[in-house]
Amino acid sequence: MYVSFLALHIPDGFLSTEIAIVGWILVVPILAYALRQTKRHLGERQVPFLGVIAAFIFAAQAINFPVAAGTSGHLLGGALAAILLGPWAATVIMVAVIVIQALLFQDGGLVVMGWNIINMGVITSFTGYAAYIFIKRLMGNRSGSHLSGAFFGAWLSVVVASLATAIQLAFSGTVPLRLALPAMASVHILIGVGEAIITVGAVSLLLVLRPELLTSGEMAPGKKGAYFTVGGILLVLFVAALSPFASMNPDGLEAVAAQGGFLQLGENPVYEIFPDYVFPLIQNEAVATFLAVGVGAMIVFVISILIGRRAARPQGVPK
Amino acid sequence: MHFNLADQYHHRESIVHGLNPRVKVLGVVLYIFAVGLLPEGEWLGFLLYFLFLIISYQLSGLEFFFVLRRSLIALPFLLAAFAIPFTTPGDEWMKLPIIGWTITETGAIRFASIVIRAWLAVQAAVVLISTTRIPDLFWSLSALGMPSILVSTINFMYRYLFVLADEVLRMLRARSARSPRLPHKPKPPVLWEGRVAGSMVGSLFIRSIERSERVYSAMLSRGFDGRVLVKRKFKMKQTDWIIMVAVIAFVFMSQGLIHLR
Amino acid sequence: MHHTIEVLNLRFTYPDGRIALHKIDFVIAPGEKAALVGPNGAGKSTLILHLNGILMGEGEVKVCGLSLAKENLGQARASVGLVFQDPDDQLFSMSVFDDVAFGPMYMGLSMDEVRLRVEKALEAVGMEGFEGRVSHHLSGGEKKRIAIATVLAMEPEILVLDEPTAGLDPRSRRRLINLLKELPMTMLVSTHDIPMVAELFPRMITIDEGRIVGDGPTKEYLQDQAFLVGHGLETAVPW
Repeated sequence: MYVSFLALHIPDGFLSTEIAIVGWILVVPILAYALRQTKRHLGERQVPFLGVIAAFIFAAQAINFPVAAGTSGHLLGGALAAILLGPWAATVIMVAVIVIQALLFQDGGLVVMGWNIINMGVITSFTGYAAYIFIKRLMGNRSGSHLSGAFFGAWLSVVVASLATAIQLAFSGTVPLRLALPAMASVHILIGVGEAIITVGAVSLLLVLRPELLTSGEMAPGKKGAYFTVGGILLVLFVAALSPFASMNPDGLEAVAAQGGFLQLGENPVYEIFPDYVFPLIQNEAVATFLAVGVGAMIVFVISILIGRRAARPQGVPK
Repeated sequence: MHFNLADQYHHRESIVHGLNPRVKVLGVVLYIFAVGLLPEGEWLGFLLYFLFLIISYQLSGLEFFFVLRRSLIALPFLLAAFAIPFTTPGDEWMKLPIIGWTITETGAIRFASIVIRAWLAVQAAVVLISTTRIPDLFWSLSALGMPSILVSTINFMYRYLFVLADEVLRMLRARSARSPRLPHKPKPPVLWEGRVAGSMVGSLFIRSIERSERVYSAMLSRGFDGRVLVKRKFKMKQTDWIIMVAVIAFVFMSQGLIHLR
Repeated sequence: MHHTIEVLNLRFTYPDGRIALHKIDFVIAPGEKAALVGPNGAGKSTLILHLNGILMGEGEVKVCGLSLAKENLGQARASVGLVFQDPDDQLFSMSVFDDVAFGPMYMGLSMDEVRLRVEKALEAVGMEGFEGRVSHHLSGGEKKRIAIATVLAMEPEILVLDEPTAGLDPRSRRRLINLLKELPMTMLVSTHDIPMVAELFPRMITIDEGRIVGDGPTKEYLQDQAFLVGHGLETAVPW
């Protein structure tokens, strides 16, 4: 029953040693702070509570639904955990999940685990949470705002995590950014929809059966700096994608392009997710991808609002 | 139906099985770290590190094919490296027939190096997990600086992972039992299927929350007060020191030879 | 001489406003063995959780003469051994040893003493030699007995069990009943297993909708057909 997220669990060997170390340097203080926050909030319950819920996320990742042509929708769970328990608790939970997956299933590496924690733990939790409370605030206390927020938050969490993964691969010289970024983004724009559908399904059930659980998620620590944190994450990703390091490795892009062959695929409309005429003035693939993700986010945002409104009407979800 | 991880740990009497788990965890992390430092196209180096693994198989009584099978889990991620041979600039090495893409020499070397590094790293992790009991493995993480509060969270997760995974298996089975597919009738819409999966996740969450409350009560009623008391302590034996020194010596000498050459 | 358990005028309201326990009064003498029966949702488990202060309602609960308040919770929890219905909730550690040692560790005993307690407790439930086993791989009956061992290791004065025979096959049930028969301490057992009540417990406390509706000799109540039907306790024995 074990399922793996193809493109987000980075194995050892795919990131350069320097990059891997940077990941750990970032993770240690974040994790220490997350543990302190959850300890303050949960007290003695911290260990059994977070442990059991981490097991829940792990088990829930096995619940799938058929999409099309043998593929299926899955849950990564960072956004859901953050919506229900707050971003700091969700971070600790995802750390436990990622450690178990790497140690017991060799899904995701040990030395590169720092980045896996940042991508699938920190980024998904905070992005999902910030998007969720943003929509909730926007729609006010209207019923259905939970669902809109959950849909958008879950989708965005996976997409932003995939952008981060692509940039790390590019910085390590494993895959050139102009390939990694659009490829990861386009795949995860779709995977994100599966994540969003399951998350909304879960939240709408909880809204009916145990609405107080959703309220307690909003009371959990981490609300204050959430927008700031996510803004920071997006800014860092954008700057990193534009920085010379991202394209320096591996080697000059012009030389690659001159060779033809595989890269001509990039100009082939079938493989080009965001054809040139969408953003005719943007030559840089990174900028184009970010723009495309931005446009995609706006579309998903509108869909999210519609989902919330529509769901609120017929069933009369209790407040 | 029972979710089982029994095939992970292979019980044998061997030097590696008997090692202090902290030595194993440190050794494996050091090894993977060192593999990452091997330069591209350093075939002799890769071979040397592979031989190191072969020795550890010998010392742990694991069969090569067992580890090989388990190590294939990292394969799907190779898709991420798929473009490398075609996109790395360099001299043309070969042209793929029919589609006409060019593979460059540097690209091929880079691709092979990444694949080999990933594969060596996964094998080392498989040796670790196959020779170490899980609770020992977790507690040895505190030797790498993991806070004991996190270690005990992971212990809890591992304990209830089985319970909850069993619940998921029962839910999935119940879903299939009620999901008939009649010929010539359309399937239910994807969105509907997604909502069903979501509801399953939601009800699993409620059960998990309730479970965590009951577990917490059970702990309280036996005097739990938030401190982590049940830890494991490991003693360093002579073999532990020998193996640790050997691994460190191997890593430093091999890296020195390769990088100073 | 104090009573072992004293519950006076206990009321408990759930956070959502539903009243779970209305006005519960009862006293259990040292050495007494009583059954707590009543339909699902009557409030049995809620009541049990009050007996070592996991839940705190209005009214008074005294255990071994100690009133249950914040400052003597630790003491009370050492004297009341609570065995939960689902052994998976009680066996939260990685090995049987860790689980049985958990209570004694928090009592601050020395490691040697803890080991001795674990050994004695496992022996008492007939599970010697299971120290190194993983709880997940045990059978339902084995889990149940280990769960009882986890509280026996604390050497409590009172044993409180929540539906100990639920979900057990007939043989495991029989072994469990025999085990309970042998244990010397004061006992309060919530259960739906009326035949077990008839066999083991001279006294039967019945609660329904948060109130005590009957408290007295088991024999008398079991012959009162109208009472049993009225509180959903009748067990047909047609064979």
